[in-house]
Amino acid sequence: MTHAPAGSLLAATGLHKAYGPTKALDGADFSVHPGEVVAVMGPSGSGKSTLLHCLAGIVPPDSGSVTYAGRELTAMSDAERSALRRTEFGFVFQFGQLVPELTCVENVALPLRLAGVRRKEAEHTALAWMEKLQVEDLAGQRPGEVSGGQGQRVAVARSLVTGPRVLFADEPTGALDSLNGELVMQLLTEAARSTNAAVVLVTHETRVAAWSDREIVVRDGRSRDMERAI
Amino acid sequence: MSIGHTLLGLLEAGPRHGYDLKRAFDEKFGHDRPLAYGQVYSTMSRLLKNGLVEVDGIEPGGGPERKRYAITDAGVTDVETWLSQPEKPEPYLQSTLYTKVVLALLTGRSAQDLLDGQRAEHLRLMRILTTRKRKGDLADQLVCDHALFHLEADLRWLELAAARLDQLAKEVRR
Ligand SMILES: Nc1ncnc2c1ncn2[C@@H]1O[C@H](COP(=O)(O)OP(=O)(O)O)[C@@H](O)[C@H]1O
Ligand SMILES: [Mg+2]
Repeated sequence: MTHAPAGSLLAATGLHKAYGPTKALDGADFSVHPGEVVAVMGPSGSGKSTLLHCLAGIVPPDSGSVTYAGRELTAMSDAERSALRRTEFGFVFQFGQLVPELTCVENVALPLRLAGVRRKEAEHTALAWMEKLQVEDLAGQRPGEVSGGQGQRVAVARSLVTGPRVLFADEPTGALDSLNGELVMQLLTEAARSTNAAVVLVTHETRVAAWSDREIVVRDGRSRDMERAI
Repeated sequence: MSIGHTLLGLLEAGPRHGYDLKRAFDEKFGHDRPLAYGQVYSTMSRLLKNGLVEVDGIEPGGGPERKRYAITDAGVTDVETWLSQPEKPEPYLQSTLYTKVVLALLTGRSAQDLLDGQRAEHLRLMRILTTRKRKGDLADQLVCDHALFHLEADLRWLELAAARLDQLAKEVRR
């Protein structure tokens, strides 16, 4: 097995994962450096989301290694992994998955509240992130009252509010039209760069991937580093 | 792009010197390929000969660059006709890339590597355009988006071709 590339923050080598007879991952490699935006591309069903889930410690691989800041994820306890997800990682999915009963600012502040930060301070930090994502005017609205593009930007603010070192985004523009998708990508990459967070950006759209620094392509559960394709 | 029609269109706003015209053209449309002076003056003398522009004044000193041009009524009509005519869509049926893929398959070389290499090259240009768009004004954004959507279409074709390589290999070797 090969080792994680020097200087990488998060790296995986030789990942295998099967669901029954389906080989979702069949020897996938990955690495991302601090502050780097890496796109994970490939056809639907090729294993992109499974790769993201293994990298984030949500799903354990059948074999292979995942290291974050030099620590082996597969060797950690569940409690350690979930602590890592709360403090070091942020997540955005295709459908924002905001809590409908809470206002937008309460949604953004939620990860801080769960970490024990006082309400006033949490919402103050939340508002600063909402400003970066240009949704501060929606603070008092509920998710049902805002548009898809706005909701997605609220979700990005929530994913960054704890200052994660890695942002995992799975098809973050998948449910949006071109114009809103553009805005989400522009603001997401700007916000991530402003804190030097690494971004793992799963997408099947090339115009979205063009916001990344580098891409890998996953086909049939195997990854190909496109820098070596030329 | 028809440089004659573009220069005429720029003249509709008011008379300009040749140098001014070149500058306006480069600023709006010539970001990557600025006009050569020679091109401006040869185009203007053609438009002059066809009665689409006239010389509005000449500054002392001589030389062609001293001329100030104004659009004529015939010129305005010409711009209008050009704008109202739809452009012919590109048929895209003579694709070098398709030829390369078929030849790779016929000669037993890796078509997948060829497609992946092309894919990486396309994405590299898309990144450059995205960066320019991010830093640019609205005009830059629109020009870059036009290019980005076309490159994206190419890439979608590349993905589709890659997914059908096995089938294509059988057919081309028949
Ligand atoms: N929880 C699961 N149970 C069963 N099969 C799964 C599960 N998750 C993914 N798969 C299968 O694994 C393969 C890869 O899925 P996924 O990683 O979601 O692909 P992608 O995100 O590229 O569309 C697919 O065939 C999918 O059906
Ligand atoms: Mg997926």
